[in-house]
Amino acid sequence: MVDLLDKHRGIAERFERLVAMGSNALGVTNDQMISPTRAMVGNREIILAGTNNYMGITFDPRCIAAGQKALADFGTGTTGSRIANGTFALHTELEQELAKFLNLKHCIAFTTGYQANLGMLSGLAGPQDTIYLDADSHSSIYDGCTLSGAKLVRFRHNDAADLDKRLSRSESEAGGRLVVLEGIYSMIGDRAPLADFVALKKKHNFQLLVDDAHSFGVIGPDGRGLGNEAGLEAEVDFVIGTFSKSVGAIGGFGASNHPLFNTLRYAMRPYMFTASASPASVATSLEALRILAAEPERRAKLLENSARLFHGLRGLGLETGSDVVSPVIAVKCADEQSTIVKWNALFAAGIYVNMAIPPGTPNRLCLLRCSVSAAHSFDEIDRIIAVFMAVVAD
Amino acid sequence: MMEDSKVVAQICTLLLPFNAAGKTLGAQTDIPAELNIDSVGILDFIMEVEDYFDVEIPMNVVADIRTIGELSAYVQSQLEKA
Repeated sequence: MVDLLDKHRGIAERFERLVAMGSNALGVTNDQMISPTRAMVGNREIILAGTNNYMGITFDPRCIAAGQKALADFGTGTTGSRIANGTFALHTELEQELAKFLNLKHCIAFTTGYQANLGMLSGLAGPQDTIYLDADSHSSIYDGCTLSGAKLVRFRHNDAADLDKRLSRSESEAGGRLVVLEGIYSMIGDRAPLADFVALKKKHNFQLLVDDAHSFGVIGPDGRGLGNEAGLEAEVDFVIGTFSKSVGAIGGFGASNHPLFNTLRYAMRPYMFTASASPASVATSLEALRILAAEPERRAKLLENSARLFHGLRGLGLETGSDVVSPVIAVKCADEQSTIVKWNALFAAGIYVNMAIPPGTPNRLCLLRCSVSAAHSFDEIDRIIAVFMAVVAD
Repeated sequence: MMEDSKVVAQICTLLLPFNAAGKTLGAQTDIPAELNIDSVGILDFIMEVEDYFDVEIPMNVVADIRTIGELSAYVQSQLEKA
């Protein structure tokens, strides 16, 4: 008999080497959450600098109250999919509120952000179509593209000239073409140069999708993401986002002005064949969305905090993945071994960041990935910088 | 059209930066298995091949290609189409 798990022995050995060097960076357990930026791990209080909790909204009393009310009014779960018994008034209210926030006509809510990418990409493209995806795309984009059965063409990260060349190679082929970008790339923290890609729409026929997972609620004058920031929202045909970052809950969405957009509800397997988001999660997302719309100062605080950490870390001589201020700040390390050592030193000193190593990173980079929150105090940011200076900077 | 041997030789040259262990390369070399390149590395290497030969090698096709010889044959098929 072939043991099906034999093929993963290499992963197991690599994991054992990781754990032997200190704590398990891939399995940190927060025993108690003290605030959006602090947790107890065992008996130690840790400053969280790798949570994607950009708006620091997870402990907002209004969101908690909304979740508690939804639990009381709608119960603990929906026990069904959106196309069966799993659509509650909260789900449609969230979709309507989100469409209003995005200034788009249609919005579909998913149970997770991962499923939003699986659903949207596999619903939009089929075997007769071609998807052009940025090489640094998130795994959920790769998985959604694979699920679609479309022809998949990868272009060099943030390189519109490279995409131009690849679009030209298959100009005469039948089928639709979809170009997929991200607002803020999750590992490096850089943004897609949207204007460069939009310019290609005039030369080639394609529809454009932006995954704003890390940029929804975060960038743009109205917090609507990359298109909003670039003043090019009308050129973006489809937007994807998540509720698990700036919104502080769990779930995802797709949105568009396309008149047939709602038809996707009956064509996306990851939407149709999974239970809908729980009432409490939907209610907290809805409340958080209203808060994000009403309190733009949160974005200003996030930007201020991001700039403080970005300049602080670069001031130590550390090399970051992106040259522009972003709430995702990835510090480059020399190799996997030193990354693990430095991650353990940070953690031992009370700072949690994400350890990111290949193949989960672009260009085989080894990263200590920080994400900033509007809820971080300047004291916390300065403490993070001080610990990096002590244990990471040479 | 390029000769098969020249395509294989060029692919071997393009593989050099990804051949950390310095394995001997030839048409029979199983790229992912023998060179221990991870999934992202394979895709990065394929981009280099696409650009050198100015052909398209969709990701869906990459999954079915194991050896340098198979990759060479696919490149040749695309060059013939052009």
